[in-house]
Amino acid sequence: MARVVVNMPKQARRGEIIEIRTLAGHTMETGFRHTQRGELIPRDIITLFTCSYNGVEVFRAELYPAMAANPLIAFHTIATESGTLEFRWTGDNGYSATYSAAITVD
Amino acid sequence: MTTRRQFLVLAGGAVAATATHAQLPPDIAALRKAALAEAMHKVTGDAPMQRGRVRLDVPVLIDNGNSVALVVEVESPMTVADHVKAIHVFTEKNPQPYIITAHLGPRAGRARVTTRARIADSGTIVAIAQMSDGSFWSDSVDVMVSVSACGDEGLN
Repeated sequence: MARVVVNMPKQARRGEIIEIRTLAGHTMETGFRHTQRGELIPRDIITLFTCSYNGVEVFRAELYPAMAANPLIAFHTIATESGTLEFRWTGDNGYSATYSAAITVD
Repeated sequence: MTTRRQFLVLAGGAVAATATHAQLPPDIAALRKAALAEAMHKVTGDAPMQRGRVRLDVPVLIDNGNSVALVVEVESPMTVADHVKAIHVFTEKNPQPYIITAHLGPRAGRARVTTRARIADSGTIVAIAQMSDGSFWSDSVDVMVSVSACGDEGLN
């Protein structure tokens, strides 16, 4: 089970710029490391992160092996209307994690 | 039965084979600089890149390259007519130059992205902002890394 954490306000005024901080539990194996026996450890990373606000994509990021383990991504968006934010992480070996959070805008 | 001499020859050969396998090319610094230039060219194409408007916030002295906090902020009104389309971050000394590409739009409100990266060695970190009008702006920071992100080998 993939563990993710999303930190964002539950309430906001219309038009307010809110900060969203996200963290996904993942080793982000680079594919450049070797075991002590000299075998290459295959790459296993999250390659894509997306955030959509009531079904409309507002932020997307492509990640590479140079991201630290447990990748942190923080960004901003304008609180336009009440609804849900959908977060999705996808990566190697079929990795997929989703999270949704509700926001009330008044 | 293997004699001591045969064993030594075999063992020596095996050691030599692993040593050459593990060796990095002698012109690694030049190769990685070229890889960085190529990666940046892929983003900008032939458009000129200007310095300014972008602020890359990263500690100059990095104790541990495994987790380096990066903040990229771009001066932009973030309106439909004038906004940041994407922020690209590159590093010079890693096996690959890419760190992250973030796609933003007018709905971001503020062009600021925070993340954490792995930095293999002392070198330059570059942030490029791609504007909606097609222009490119950048900022770079030269960092010193004490403990490389590539220092620890995998277990077993």
